[in-house]
Amino acid sequence: MDPDTDIGGAHQRFPVTNQSAIAAARSEDQVVRQRAFDTILNSYWKPTYKYIRLKWHANNEDAKDLTQGFFADAFEKNHFAHYNARKASFQTFLRTCLDGFVANERKAGKRLKRGGDVNHFQFDFLSAEDEIAMQAMQANDLNAEDYFHREWVRWMFTMSVDTLRQRYEASGRQVHFQLFEAYDLNDDDTSVSYASLAETFALEPATVNNYLAATRRDFRRIVLDKLREITATDEEFRTEARSLLGVDVK
Amino acid sequence: MKWLSDSKLTHLRAVVGNPDFSGTKYSFVKELARGGMGTVYLAEDTELNRQVAIKVLSTPEMTEDLRRRMIREAQIIARLEHPGIVPVHDVGVLPDGRVYYAMKFVRGERLDEYAAHTSSTRERLRKFQAVCDAVAFAHAHGVIHRDLKPQNIMIGSFGEVLVLDWGVAKILREAKTEDASEADTLILPAVGDNQTIDTAHGTVIGTRQYMSPEQSRGEIDQLDERSDIYSLGAVFYFLLTDQAPSDGRPRAVNPKVGKPAEAICLKAMAHARSQRYDSAAELSADIGRLLDAEPVSAYRENAYEKVSRWVGKNRFLVLLVLAYLLMRIFFIFTSRS
Repeated sequence: MDPDTDIGGAHQRFPVTNQSAIAAARSEDQVVRQRAFDTILNSYWKPTYKYIRLKWHANNEDAKDLTQGFFADAFEKNHFAHYNARKASFQTFLRTCLDGFVANERKAGKRLKRGGDVNHFQFDFLSAEDEIAMQAMQANDLNAEDYFHREWVRWMFTMSVDTLRQRYEASGRQVHFQLFEAYDLNDDDTSVSYASLAETFALEPATVNNYLAATRRDFRRIVLDKLREITATDEEFRTEARSLLGVDVK
Repeated sequence: MKWLSDSKLTHLRAVVGNPDFSGTKYSFVKELARGGMGTVYLAEDTELNRQVAIKVLSTPEMTEDLRRRMIREAQIIARLEHPGIVPVHDVGVLPDGRVYYAMKFVRGERLDEYAAHTSSTRERLRKFQAVCDAVAFAHAHGVIHRDLKPQNIMIGSFGEVLVLDWGVAKILREAKTEDASEADTLILPAVGDNQTIDTAHGTVIGTRQYMSPEQSRGEIDQLDERSDIYSLGAVFYFLLTDQAPSDGRPRAVNPKVGKPAEAICLKAMAHARSQRYDSAAELSADIGRLLDAEPVSAYRENAYEKVSRWVGKNRFLVLLVLAYLLMRIFFIFTSRS
């Protein structure tokens, strides 16, 4: 193993030094704060949008405005700097802020158009809409908190898969990712075995096993990296790691 | 970005959450149990072609110091060769840095499951005595368990009793044959479980309902064999009442509990360590006396109780004497008539 090129280094250990974006949101440095905000934004915009759509019964245009408005307001007023890890998880804090924001907007009876029709952030609302359409039936079975959490987990994993793909493409390990995609991401009902993959990719079954194990390990690392970025304390990180990596989907 | 369905999400979470045993001689089979300190998996030992239980620490982060201590502790616990202590076969580090123990895979049921269908007090007492003996053996080797509870005690397929989960054990002293070393503690970070929680000085490790007062207060320096004896008393309370310990005395929960049994339980669970049994062996001995209907050290009987116990113990003899007396009376009357 080449410690310089292999993700995670020679020991494949868990991340310990990732900067928490939640902590960085309190930074005096505007650049650091902006970067932290971007990280939080990337991690939460989609669950936020879906949550507003389904739990606040907002139409897609209102949900877009409310999502934009919520994050614009949070950035302008530096809301995330007020988060206290001792009181609740960041996810709960964000959702509480969001509920308060949407309730206030509804109460005021206004439709947000911050800065006219100019959107502050570039979000792929179309993909979020597609996903809502695919899961509309299931969403009704969950309470608001569980729904937000599940969508956040889905988004964390989706982003992690994307990061994994990019890294593997950059390092010339497309086969690793293709195996992972075929075995672990394949939604097709047809069962895929290691043997069939070995045949398809002209590899030894043991090699398929090793490639998949290494890819899953890296995937796990990426998920935890992302998690550390958006948790404020070690305790929260551990709690969320357990929740995120738990077998039961909440 | 590719949409992840719920089923795929569940699969990915399992894939990511499950340990990666590549580079070891084990292959993953399934998850067995998840607790505050770690998760136990069923795995296949591919060299010896047998199933083993592997405990992997749940925390995603470990320091080198913690890892080193865990391995050392596992090595010491692995030397506790006793029929009542689940043997540790192997210890190692997974590719992701987590430490694991490979242990004998015990087929059977937990003590609480066993108690659910075993109403015989004598059977329960025998099992409990076996637990005391295993703990006494560990104590004799300078190891205290610190998380004794019905869920950590297994009754095997052949009725054997095994004390599991030595993952939070504390080593008070090493055996005389080993290099002298200061007392050390196995400290496993918790991962959000309400029942079994983290330790460092001033914090708590164990399971609240079964832990001693000093353990509840997080006084790690104060823990010794008597802390385990308190937990044994709590397990005994459970066996007497089918309930986890509460403020009520055992007889208040279950009036069928005898006074000597209650006295043993309360002595083991005394708030002050000095008032508890000095050793698990002493507790075991009292349980043995209770089984043999002998006077127990924890309870001073009055004359009536002594007679009652003697009668109960010698029921056959008493019946014989009574039968003899009845026959004599019968013969006396018949001879007169």
